[in-house]
Amino acid sequence: MNSAPASSVAATPATLEAHVPVLHIRPPSGWWAIPFEELWTTRELLYFFVWRDIKIRYKQTAIGAAWAVLQPLLAMIVFTLFFGRLAHIPSDGLPYAIFYYSALLPWMYFASSLQNATSKIVENQNVITKVYFPRLMLPISAVVAGLVDFAISFGMFVVFMIYYAVRPTWALLYFPLFLLLALVTALGAGLWLSALNAIYRDVRYVVPFLIQFWLFASPVAYSSSLVPAKWRWLYGFNPMAGVIEGFRWSLTGHGVAPGRMLLTSSLVAVAGLISGLLYFQRMETTIADVV
Amino acid sequence: MSQTAIHAERIGKLYRIGERQRYLALRDVLAKPFGRNRGGGNRSRPSLWALKDISFDVREGEVVGLIGRNGAGKSTLLKILSRITKPTEGAATIRGRVGSLLEVGTGFHPELTGRENVFLNGSILGMSKREILRKFDEIVAFSEVERFLDTPLKYYSSGMQVRLAFAVAAHLEPEILLVDEVLAVGDVQFQKKCLGKMQDVSASGRTIIFVSHNLNAVAALCRSAILLERGQLTYDSQNVTEALRRYSSSAVASHTVDLARHPNRVSRTAIFEEISISDEARGATHCFPPGANAMIRLKVNPPSAVLGPRISMGFTNVRGERVFAVGTHIGGNYIPSIAGPAVIRIRFQVPPLVPGEYSMDIGVYDRTGVPLDEIYAGAVIEAIKDDYLHMVDSHGQYTGHIMVRSQWDSVAENESGAAGLKPSAVPSDDPAVPRRGS
Repeated sequence: MNSAPASSVAATPATLEAHVPVLHIRPPSGWWAIPFEELWTTRELLYFFVWRDIKIRYKQTAIGAAWAVLQPLLAMIVFTLFFGRLAHIPSDGLPYAIFYYSALLPWMYFASSLQNATSKIVENQNVITKVYFPRLMLPISAVVAGLVDFAISFGMFVVFMIYYAVRPTWALLYFPLFLLLALVTALGAGLWLSALNAIYRDVRYVVPFLIQFWLFASPVAYSSSLVPAKWRWLYGFNPMAGVIEGFRWSLTGHGVAPGRMLLTSSLVAVAGLISGLLYFQRMETTIADVV
Repeated sequence: MSQTAIHAERIGKLYRIGERQRYLALRDVLAKPFGRNRGGGNRSRPSLWALKDISFDVREGEVVGLIGRNGAGKSTLLKILSRITKPTEGAATIRGRVGSLLEVGTGFHPELTGRENVFLNGSILGMSKREILRKFDEIVAFSEVERFLDTPLKYYSSGMQVRLAFAVAAHLEPEILLVDEVLAVGDVQFQKKCLGKMQDVSASGRTIIFVSHNLNAVAALCRSAILLERGQLTYDSQNVTEALRRYSSSAVASHTVDLARHPNRVSRTAIFEEISISDEARGATHCFPPGANAMIRLKVNPPSAVLGPRISMGFTNVRGERVFAVGTHIGGNYIPSIAGPAVIRIRFQVPPLVPGEYSMDIGVYDRTGVPLDEIYAGAVIEAIKDDYLHMVDSHGQYTGHIMVRSQWDSVAENESGAAGLKPSAVPSDDPAVPRRGS
């Protein structure tokens, strides 16, 4: 401890050096590189965060997992009644139940991911100020945990497909891509909102409004075929438009095969993810001093 | 010769202080260009170097005690080394996996069962799932809560929660362990068990940095010590005894505190200028043996005369509990007014407190109770042990706040009527016995 001679460090055998992780602590310097390697080595923690979220959610709600089915189901019934039966919104030749449910699947996933990600940092402030782990784990865990609800409500969707005898087409092969796009979109927006909410605590009050507006700006209650074809690429600037139409099309084979709209949606989603990661990392350097 | 495990070079951390609102609201930022600045909120905030120029080396396998008063920067240093926060300047190099125990039970969730919390907490502290599985039985046995493993944590007593939390923490096996004050929990027996566990850990060749107010624990555990004073490293040596001695004597300087520009002032106006603390019998000091008479002088300078001021001082222990208070209106007597610079003298007998630090919240209010000047944790007194109290080695939750002197013995049942405790067994001239104030 009496300040060791510097040579003792240099004298370390190179063989040992390889096994001992060496950590450098330095002041923050502007934009931070995203710690992909660290995220990978601590991936078990992501699993535990997701596991915790799901356990707690299902322990705290009396009806548990049924909630994941009920939410889109009730929304579907309301949409079918008002937009379908009363307003006669065209459904691209699909039964209203399928038309709405196929859109509500990604939408509900997106909305709940956003909501959970927003509060993640503030919710976990006692952990953040006491132990280090890549903070990115928190919003990522919110978005991944949403996939469990998604899987449950997807099971319900399969039941509807069978009931209404809607046969999936080869377009189903594209489904994983749209799921990935939904994930990227949700993560990008979630990163932005959770970082913003850590700095500005009233962001969480804005999020419900944001989600509501976003819902009407997305082709959930209507089909994007209502948008003139030459403007669809512009409509795609809402990445959820590409996601939702992609879900509808790949799962049912009906509706608009998303072309240029999908291209803009994908670009916007990826841009959102990258900027979200960078913004979050920048916020991370000061987070423990703020929360 | 062992290698360097931690090499810190000129680490500094700058904090903005006096910042009452620690985070922002979006509405404030959005409203700024339009509204006027209310209350001059735009003053540039003062900042403080919580740490400055901290350089040291820790060898592999060394157990280092990090000591210093509250606010000396111990926790900030641990937070930097454990990467929770980043330094403002300087750098550190750490060789080996770091585990930090800044708190026990980090991430515990009341809805989850004991078993689930072991996994969650272990994982947050950096253990792999396989590692937790391997040590699970050991952890459970250490915690002594086997029977309640599948009960949600919210039904645990606080003692049980602490046991479980420490059991997980004690089984953390990184090469470098950073420990903050976690031994100040639980009852004496459990603390001993924890100290034993720490000794095992250090015997196995791991590097430990250990922050504690419990000087006995530091003396027992550490081979070397670092003393921090006001963000500066003032002593770094393998002579732990000397470090502890310096730590104790450095306390003397804190009997007089400048209140005029105190960072913990919550009011906008300043009335208090300085506080000086002394023991009537032993002179200027902020350390009091049980029953000593404290003499406190408060220099005040109100901008305008205050008629019938209420002045009070509340004493709060390290766990944040108010232990006692003195005031003009709390067991004291009114003073007619303060107009212009004055010295207010307060004399009271310090209750026989459990040894430890007690921070003083100081406030002055007008006749109707409106706060004029308030400073939280403006100064600190320390209740110290005397010969009699030496047997108390914890501020555990079962000890309570005050020490009561008692005599114990045991006699055979058939003699109990005859013998009995002699009153003279309590020597009344012992300084440990509370002296009567005047």
